[in-house]
Amino acid sequence: MQYLVSVIFDRDGLATEDEQAAIDVFNDRLVAEGHWVFAGGLAAPASATVIDNRGEEAMVTDGPFLESKEYLAGFWIIQAADLDVALKLAAEGSKACNRKVEVRPFR
Amino acid sequence: MSVADVADAITQAHHEEWARVVASLTRRFGDLDVAEEAAAEAFATAVERWPADGVPPSPGAWLTTTANRKAIDRIRRENKRGGKHKEAQLLHDDDPPEPIGAIDDERLRLIFTCCHPALAIQTRVALTLRMVAGLTVPEIARAFLVPQTAMEQRITRAKAKIKAARIPYRVPSAEDLPARVSGVLAVLFLVFNEGYLATGPDTDPVRHDLTAEAIRLTRLIRALMPEDGEVAGLLALMLLTEARRTARVSASGELVTLGEQDRGAWDAALIAEGHRLVRERLAAGVAPGRYQILAAISAVHTSARDVHATDWSQVVALYDQLVRLDPSPIIALNRAIAVAELDGPEVALAAVDRLEHRLAGYHAYHVTRADLLRRLGRSQQSRAAYDKAIELAGNTAETAYLTRRRDQLK
Repeated sequence: MQYLVSVIFDRDGLATEDEQAAIDVFNDRLVAEGHWVFAGGLAAPASATVIDNRGEEAMVTDGPFLESKEYLAGFWIIQAADLDVALKLAAEGSKACNRKVEVRPFR
Repeated sequence: MSVADVADAITQAHHEEWARVVASLTRRFGDLDVAEEAAAEAFATAVERWPADGVPPSPGAWLTTTANRKAIDRIRRENKRGGKHKEAQLLHDDDPPEPIGAIDDERLRLIFTCCHPALAIQTRVALTLRMVAGLTVPEIARAFLVPQTAMEQRITRAKAKIKAARIPYRVPSAEDLPARVSGVLAVLFLVFNEGYLATGPDTDPVRHDLTAEAIRLTRLIRALMPEDGEVAGLLALMLLTEARRTARVSASGELVTLGEQDRGAWDAALIAEGHRLVRERLAAGVAPGRYQILAAISAVHTSARDVHATDWSQVVALYDQLVRLDPSPIIALNRAIAVAELDGPEVALAAVDRLEHRLAGYHAYHVTRADLLRRLGRSQQSRAAYDKAIELAGNTAETAYLTRRRDQLK
């Protein structure tokens, strides 16, 4: 079972050095224990571009699809047996990156 | 067997077997939805058949077999229609088969799944009442003054989340157990309190159906986890509170405070059982948790012949213990009420006033102030506090009591 662990943040700024170090330790553990699928940090929402090609031609819009105070700062995709395992890992991830996270299962 | 006897047998089977049937089907088919529907169908079949065929010698086994058959019928029907991979959707349960023991009761798995912390507290309450207590959706909707369709949706969404997010169907590990048990007890206490101090302008002041259901479920958890002190504590607390239920509202529908209650009207059997549990926990010699201390406070109150004979120093000492465990302003408020009896209303009022910034929106804060100010002869301030309390109180009996008290002020 795979879960998307989204990192939610509401201010500018990337991870500090200490946070990055804690994230690295956590990532190593995910790999070692077989929970690692993929992870990444994202650039600021202002760098986003939205494309809608459902109509005649592709519409390009500058900025994120949703203007909100909180935004997606990064994510993990983890492999876990069930939600209890995923929540435990997510709690550690939240501590490591020092940000709030959301856990959502893949279908 | 008369019609009434059969009806009683069905009610009894529903009380005793519903959770067991739902739990064992959930274990077998890995799907709460299938289990719930099949259990409901099995009970409907019993209502149809038992009056003619007679009550089977083992109603539980009959219901489980019937429900199993209904579940298999449904799964066959669905497989024929959609051919979806049922396996992939099974609730996750990776436990090896364990020896039969109290802790392995399937009903416990069901309770822990329904009370999972990833579900909203209102959802946990609704799901527990449906899956474990066997209340119907309309009954639960009525109990919480929610439209039936909204309650239906809440339960359906919860089942979908349990499945999609793979909320496990198992008793938590020993390491997680204390926190998870306390989550279950919080759900049961919420059901009890909603029954005991029902809110809403058109509701009965005491909803006996909810208090009775909460006690029944807590008894079940107690039977499954007899060693857990907090489970015993919560059961004792509920019994000692329930014992005073009929004395708590007057014939005219007004709240009667502890000091003014007719103690002869208290339920002696419930009090005796509650006291037994409190003594059992004292003898265990383990540091008590929140519910055990609350039960002990209730035991002190219910041991006194009248309000003056209450051992208030004991009550305050227990509150001191509770404050150390849970420094919430509500506990501090209740402690102040006991302090008023021990050290006088002036000392108590000073303690209550210190809580203003945290409790200004809580009706009991204003009720307590109004009473203390009244006892100190400060009528005008007391009246203002009663006004505020009446504005914030949601319980009909309490509003009636507060209004009379206010109007009696000189």
